[in-house]
Amino acid sequence: MSDHGIYGVMAEFDSPSELVSAARAARAKGYRKLDAYSPFPIEELTEALHLHKNKLPLIVLAGGIVGGLTGFFLQYWIAVMYFPINIAGRPLNSWPSFVIITFELTILFASLSAVLGMMALCGLPMPYHPVFNVARFSAASRNRFFLCIEAGDPLFDPAAASQFLEGLEPREVSEVAN
Amino acid sequence: MADDRQIVVERPAPGEIIAPGYTFSTITDQISSVVLTRKTPLFWFVAFGVGGSLLMLFLLAVTVLLVKGTGIWGIRTPVMWGFAITNFVWWIGIGHAGTLISAILLLLNQRWRNSINRFAEAMTLFAVACAGMFPLLHMGRPWLFYWMMPYPNTMGIEPQFRSPLVWDVFAVSTYATVSLLFWFVGLMPDLGTLRDRTKNPIGRAIYGVLAMGWRGSARHWSVYETASLLLAGLATPLVLSVHTVVSFDFTIAIVPGWHSTFFPPYFVAGAIYSGFAMVLALAIPLRSLYGLQGLITDKHLDNCGKIMLATGWIVAYAYMLEVFGAWYGGDTYEQAAFWHRMTGRYAVQYWSLVGCNIVLPQFLWFERVRSSPPLLFIASIVVLVGMWLERFMIIVSSLAQDFLPSSWGIFQATRWDWATYLGTIGLFLFLFFLFVRALPMISIFEVRTLLPQAKVSKEAKS
Repeated sequence: MSDHGIYGVMAEFDSPSELVSAARAARAKGYRKLDAYSPFPIEELTEALHLHKNKLPLIVLAGGIVGGLTGFFLQYWIAVMYFPINIAGRPLNSWPSFVIITFELTILFASLSAVLGMMALCGLPMPYHPVFNVARFSAASRNRFFLCIEAGDPLFDPAAASQFLEGLEPREVSEVAN
Repeated sequence: MADDRQIVVERPAPGEIIAPGYTFSTITDQISSVVLTRKTPLFWFVAFGVGGSLLMLFLLAVTVLLVKGTGIWGIRTPVMWGFAITNFVWWIGIGHAGTLISAILLLLNQRWRNSINRFAEAMTLFAVACAGMFPLLHMGRPWLFYWMMPYPNTMGIEPQFRSPLVWDVFAVSTYATVSLLFWFVGLMPDLGTLRDRTKNPIGRAIYGVLAMGWRGSARHWSVYETASLLLAGLATPLVLSVHTVVSFDFTIAIVPGWHSTFFPPYFVAGAIYSGFAMVLALAIPLRSLYGLQGLITDKHLDNCGKIMLATGWIVAYAYMLEVFGAWYGGDTYEQAAFWHRMTGRYAVQYWSLVGCNIVLPQFLWFERVRSSPPLLFIASIVVLVGMWLERFMIIVSSLAQDFLPSSWGIFQATRWDWATYLGTIGLFLFLFFLFVRALPMISIFEVRTLLPQAKVSKEAKS
C-alpha cells in the first residue's frame, strides 16, 4: 500500500489525555491517516481525529423497517391469502393481533443489522493486522494508549514521523512492520 | 512488569463507584486472573459439581419424559399447565433483570451498572435457556417444535397468529437472540484483552477467534459505542414486551383470576423483582469468593436492594388491585377464584407468597439490612421462592377451580415435576459456573471507564 515498506509509526502513551493531545498535535501537523488505540472508548478522540459520523443508525433503521414489514406481511399473507381460517368470526386481517409479531421482528431485524453493521463498518472479523507486530501493542488492551501515523499518509516519511512522535514525549516510538 | 509507570490517584473524586486505588492495569489483572492464572477455588468445583449433578437429573427426567410421555408429570385435566408453565414464567422473569441492567440502566446513564452488567447478562441468557426447556418439553413431542414456526410444508397448514401462544414463540426467541447478540458484542473488547494476556496457546487461539481481531482502534470504538447504544435502545422495549407477551398467555383467556388488563405491568414488575433477587444471589457469593468487593461494592448491593424494594411494592400494589378488582367488579367467578386462593386448597401457598413477596422484603427499608450481604442474600432467596409461588398460584389455582364445580380438580406435583424443575436449576448453575471460569465475569473495559484517570483532562480537550 505504500513504498515505505512499513505500515506506519506508532507511539505509546500513558494516559488518555496524552493520547488525545498527541492526536490533536498530529492533526495540526497535517497528518490525516491516523488511528489511535485505547483499552476503552474515549469520546474526545472522535473529535480529535475528526472521525466521520458513522452510518450505523441508518443501517439499523433500514433493518427495523424491513423487519416490521416482513413481520406484518408474513402474517397478513398467511392469515388472509394462504391459510384463511375463521376464528370466532374475526376478520381475516385482524391486524391488532398481528402487532406483537410485527414488533418482535422489527426488534430482531434491527438488532441483527446493528451487530452485523457494526462488524461490517469496522471490517471485523480481521484475523491479521500489522499493528499486532509491535511487541508492546498487547498493552493496548490493558493500560496503554497508542497513536499510529500510517504510511498511507501523503506527508508520511518514517524518519520525520518518528521524530515528530518523539517530540510528543511518549514512552516509546516504534515502527509497525507490514 | 516492574518498570510500569502508573498514574496513581491519591484521592478519587467523591461519589466514585468502585473502591479507590485501582488503576487500568490492576483492574485488568484482577478480572482476567480469575480466568487465566488464578487457581480455581474449591467452591467453584463444589458449585459446578452440584450444577452438573442436577443437570444429570434433568437429563434423566427428560429421558423418562420422552419415553413415557407428559403423564409422568402431575398435569391432569383441568390443570394442564402445572409446573411446566410455572417454571417457564419464573425463569424468563429472572432473565429480565440482566437486560434491565445492561440496557435500561445504560440508557439512564447509571454508571454503577458497569461492574455487574456482564454476569447479569449471562444470567439472562442461561435463565432464558432454562425457561425455553419447559414449553418445549410440555409439548410432549419437542422434536416437532418447528411446527410453531411459519414455513412452507406439505401439510398445508400454518400457525394461527391470533393466539398468544404463537406470540410467545416469537417474543421468547427474539429475546434469546438479542440477549445473545448484546452479550457477545459487550464481550468482544474483553476477549481481545484475554487474547493478549493469556500465555496458553490454545486459549490464545480460542479467545483470538472469538475477539475477531478486535484491536481497540478509535474508529472501531466510535462505531462500537453507537452499536451499544442502539442495541440498548432496542433491548429496552423488547424486555418490557417479553413478559407482557407472557402475561397475554393468561389475560387473553377468560379463566377467572387471569382475565385482567393490568397483568402486563404486574408481570414485568414481578420479573424485575425476581431478576434482581437472582443478581444478588449470584453476586454476593461470587464477589467474596473471588475477592471482588472492590469492584462489586456494597453500593451495588444497596442499589439492587432498593430496586427490589421498589419493584416489590409494585407487585404488592398489583396483589391489592387484583383483590380489589375482583370485589369491585362484582363478577361471581372472579370473586370465587380469589376466595379459593385465600382460603381454599392452595391457601398455604397464597399466604406464603404474600409473606415472601410483601411482608419479609420490608426489612429492606433498613439500611442495616441492605448493607449486610448475608441478610441481602437471604432476602433474595426469599423473594425467589415467593415469586415462584406467585407464578404457581396464578397458574394452578385458577385452572383448578374455574366456572363449573364438575370441572374442578387438584394439582399434585410428582417427583418428575420436581426433578425437571431442580434439573433446570442444575442447568443454570452448570452454565453459569462454566461462564465464570471461561470468560471475564465483569466487563473489564467498562470498569476501566469508571476510573478517575479515564477522564480526559481539560487541557487535552481544547
